[in-house]
Amino acid sequence: MGRDAGGAAEWAGRNWALLFLALEIATFTAFGTHFVSLENLQNVLVACTYVLLLGIGETFVIITGGIDLSVGFLMGFSTVICAKAIVLLRGAALPLPAAIVLGAAICLAVGLLPGMVNGLLVARLRVPPFLATFGMYGFTYGLAEIICDNTPITAPEGTGYAGNEYLFYLVPGKVFSFLVRPQGLSEGDLRRMITILPIIAVITFIVAPIFAFVLTRMRFGRHTYAIGGNMDAAIRAGINVPRHLTYIYMISSACAALAGALFVLRYVTGTADAGSSLMLDAVVAVVIGGASLYGGRGTVKGTIVGALIIAVLETGMVNLEIPTFNRYIAIGGILIFAVLVDQFFPDLVGRGK
Amino acid sequence: MAIPLLEVRHLTKRFGGLTAVDDVGLQVFPGEVVALLGDNGAGKSTLIKMVSGVYQPDEGQILFQGKEVRLASPAGALELGIETLYQDLALAENLDVFSNIFMGREKTKRFLGLIPVLDHQTMYDESKKVLDRLDIQIPSLRKLIKTLSGGQRQAVAIGRSIYWNAKLLIMDEPTAALGVQEQRKVLDLVRLLRSQGIPVIIISHQMYDVFAVSDRLVVMRRGKKVAERITKQTNTDEVVSLITGAEEVWKPAAS
Repeated sequence: MGRDAGGAAEWAGRNWALLFLALEIATFTAFGTHFVSLENLQNVLVACTYVLLLGIGETFVIITGGIDLSVGFLMGFSTVICAKAIVLLRGAALPLPAAIVLGAAICLAVGLLPGMVNGLLVARLRVPPFLATFGMYGFTYGLAEIICDNTPITAPEGTGYAGNEYLFYLVPGKVFSFLVRPQGLSEGDLRRMITILPIIAVITFIVAPIFAFVLTRMRFGRHTYAIGGNMDAAIRAGINVPRHLTYIYMISSACAALAGALFVLRYVTGTADAGSSLMLDAVVAVVIGGASLYGGRGTVKGTIVGALIIAVLETGMVNLEIPTFNRYIAIGGILIFAVLVDQFFPDLVGRGK
Repeated sequence: MAIPLLEVRHLTKRFGGLTAVDDVGLQVFPGEVVALLGDNGAGKSTLIKMVSGVYQPDEGQILFQGKEVRLASPAGALELGIETLYQDLALAENLDVFSNIFMGREKTKRFLGLIPVLDHQTMYDESKKVLDRLDIQIPSLRKLIKTLSGGQRQAVAIGRSIYWNAKLLIMDEPTAALGVQEQRKVLDLVRLLRSQGIPVIIISHQMYDVFAVSDRLVVMRRGKKVAERITKQTNTDEVVSLITGAEEVWKPAAS
């Protein structure tokens, strides 16, 4: 009996984030309207997309004992690059689909560079991660503003097509369509049409397990934990730590670039401050997920839970018509709570690998 | 006489104006335990770091198995089979026992015939085998290092070296942070290694350790090798005076 209770308490301590998420959903279900509905839950998935993408890269960085403060403005920078590239390619008379694909590819490729610089600064020149990425934070923001001339770049019409698609369309009893929005429906059918799984959320939830796999099952992931646990040991064990750290910061900036590209595909605009508030959210998601800022601990699974907590909070507040600036207070509070849990019950959190 | 496994000749290392190691020669033969003694700053660590590839000597040669070697990096020394266990043990506390034994050299298998993934089972089994061979008892190889005692950690580090075919083990203050019981276990382990033919260089301040396990001892002072003795033919008093240099002060008066 007593042992069961102890085990339960331990489980609760380890999975407090999961319990918190359940509590959050229960609260919004009780006080909100239709919180648990197909439509709203999909809103939650969309809302968590950007935080989660940035959070995945941040997870790798934080496990190594570093931090990447540049991800928010890197995402903004990437939206500008992506939108600008699509506009230019379209101007060069490229068909729209080709311009979109190529534009996104350019955005991802360019997005690797800031990460490479971060990595070189941290790994080779031994600049503290906090400072190196803080420098990049300012640099990418300023550069993005120069490129977009201080005004949001609007991508050509039709760019939003891909980003606002769903995986399935269903008009009960009538139409079922995969990926392609059914055409020529009556107004009544359109209203009854159920859209399932927004594409950008699908992409994110394909990316997340891939990185989780890399982290838990591949040598790269194991080396990431080893570096965070004891960098000297990793060096002595023959791990090429500078190279590994460079890759880590490149993963982080690639995730931010992907978030930027998806932002353009959904909102058809590139703006330097697109992700400005997301840096805090990403770090919070990672820390809620059981990562330690001292390094050595953290999981993609945990970060997903962390991102969902933030997304549920956000959608729930909209649902309850609470002004959204309150979310910053709530998220700040959750962050401090998570850090306190980590501080005072270090043996409880994040022990599961 | 057999060729020494390790021989260093005229090894010298300078840091700016300071000569940390000055023209030191040393031989280590298979199956012997050599103790390296000296006060803080005597140059023991610098000497060892040259042998383990951390520093490159300014002058002199390192011969391993009779051939001259250049150790450009710790990885180079590891490849030859020169394993160094430092005071902080070089274990990642956030990983479990078998992951530490395989750190940096993880075994993989193919997932879906394509992607190389960690082969936990093989690493676990191999770790178990090597720890059993050394009579090392760890409650569970799936435990995180941070849950182990100092002696257990020491044992894991030794197990790792042996698994990776260490031909020469260098131990820097292996018993410094351990309780009496655990110190004894580590010394037993050193004897076991010797009986399996693996030579050990042991750096220690603890006279008890030195006399308990070493066959030969080398004393350094201010970067120079000042004495070499067969352990059985000397005693604590002599060794202490060699370390502190008391003998040198005393000598001119006698002559």
